[in-house]
Amino acid sequence: MFLVIFGAGLSSTLARGDFGVDFIQFMYPGIIAMSVMGVAFFSTISTVWDREFGFLKEILVAPVSRTAIAIGKTLGATTIAVLQGLILLVIAPFIGLDLHLAMIPEIFSLMLLLSFAVAGMGLFIASLMKTTESFGLLMQVLVFPMFFLSGAFFPLTSVPSWMMALSRLNPLTYGVDAMRQIFLHNHISPEVSHRLILHPIYINVLFLVVFSAVLVSAAVIAFNKKN
Amino acid sequence: MNIIEVQNLTKRFGEVTAVNALSFNVQKGEIFGFLGPNGAGKSTTINILSTLLTPTTGKAYINSFNVLSERDKVRKSIGLVFQDPSLDDHLTSEENLRFHAKLYGVPKEEYKKRMEEVLRLVDLWDRRKDIVKKFSGGMKRRLEIARGLIHYPQVLFLDEPTIGLDPQTRAHFWEYILKLKEERAMTIFMTTHYMNEAEYCDRIGIIDYGKLVALDTPSNLKKKVGCDIIEMKSGDEERLKEELQARYQTKIKEKDHILQLEVQDGERFLPRLFNELTTKIDAIALRKPTLEDVFCALLVAPFGSSKHHRKSGCALAGECTDIKKALLKQNFYVFYSTYHYNLAARNYPLLAG
Repeated sequence: MFLVIFGAGLSSTLARGDFGVDFIQFMYPGIIAMSVMGVAFFSTISTVWDREFGFLKEILVAPVSRTAIAIGKTLGATTIAVLQGLILLVIAPFIGLDLHLAMIPEIFSLMLLLSFAVAGMGLFIASLMKTTESFGLLMQVLVFPMFFLSGAFFPLTSVPSWMMALSRLNPLTYGVDAMRQIFLHNHISPEVSHRLILHPIYINVLFLVVFSAVLVSAAVIAFNKKN
Repeated sequence: MNIIEVQNLTKRFGEVTAVNALSFNVQKGEIFGFLGPNGAGKSTTINILSTLLTPTTGKAYINSFNVLSERDKVRKSIGLVFQDPSLDDHLTSEENLRFHAKLYGVPKEEYKKRMEEVLRLVDLWDRRKDIVKKFSGGMKRRLEIARGLIHYPQVLFLDEPTIGLDPQTRAHFWEYILKLKEERAMTIFMTTHYMNEAEYCDRIGIIDYGKLVALDTPSNLKKKVGCDIIEMKSGDEERLKEELQARYQTKIKEKDHILQLEVQDGERFLPRLFNELTTKIDAIALRKPTLEDVFCALLVAPFGSSKHHRKSGCALAGECTDIKKALLKQNFYVFYSTYHYNLAARNYPLLAG
């Protein structure tokens, strides 16, 4: 949906600029990253759900480690998010995207990593929330700034420094950045890529790994802490 | 051996002290009843003992494991049936059990056997493939009980387990609980509001405002509340009253043409009464204190009952008669007729002989 609206609206404008890249090819990795993130985040609501319906209690009194619970919940959300991402990958060739078979494992791993990171964040928030309403509210407040500050819609290389600073904290930025590099690999010259790309892929991956580790641990601590 | 040890346990939620310096022990194989009005701290105590809450101060041990520092060992030792449902609605009853069995590490071969055992117990064997969402409240409750039993815990915590169950299932449930106690020496720690269920307990702890106000066997507790009451009806009330007063040197209370006599040991006193009295009695009934009386007598709010939503029928402990009066008002007539027939059938032949 984002693609249709923004794509139609922006492609004409951006196309006139000296961009040197097909807009869809630029936009699509952002779309994938965004949907993956949205679904990963939203799926962690199940934890709050469980709490409200009492099922979380059953899990919390069981003789399993809190780490296992947190990682299990995170992986659950990751699975759903990755499935969503795969659907988008399947659609990709039909809307004229240049997608090689060799790219798929790379994109798949990145989707996995990104959804795990975002689900970890969602879980941490969910572990602090008592009701689904408050979780939903907080999610709304977080998700849209994360979308817009991720570089999914426009390159972040020439934005004001405050925006840059915020987007550096945003896991989605790194996911979009890494996926975009894979999508654009054969399409752009090094000079153009310099204007579109923020970090090398390994930095992106490293950030996502650290981000997941920190937030899943935070969720474990939150599960362990009882008022 | 003490399977549960609670030492000076206190839990505060901000200003509110939910559990206040609680200390007690539960022995292995015992059915321990934990009674108290709503909001007295029963569930909080269970949550602390089951590692869901950390106490503010104090210590507690289950199966000699510390609930604070050895949580996983404690969790392995206990089974829980919560006050509120905690099933996964989207799964079938069998799947709920399988998930639970996996969490608690029940061996696969064992699981099949136990699943059938517990599901048959709660009469859900035929519904094992059905989604829990479609179950009625009572069925969900039964499934939870089955789930709490499937890993054969050392201590089974039951937080108002029979709420919402029909009398048949409840009786069935108790049958099984008593069997568990006997065969596996399982310790059962339960809260309930049904006093007739509390009678099954080996010992009862009564908690109020987070403090333990009584801890003893049901029969000892009843003895503490005091005397039995004999109620009599006679065509010649005045004469009966005078005779009773003269003969037994006690004050006789009168209410709605019923004379009340307080005695220590009602069963032994009745035959004596029949032998000695010269005035004709039309009807007689003996009322012994019940756990309900104990409960009410112990749990009167010291500063008025407005703070708690309690029945105003309760009176202060020690004031035996007042409690009785209040309770008799509600219960006497039912009791009166049934007991009267029993008495006639059982005691008269003996007396005559």
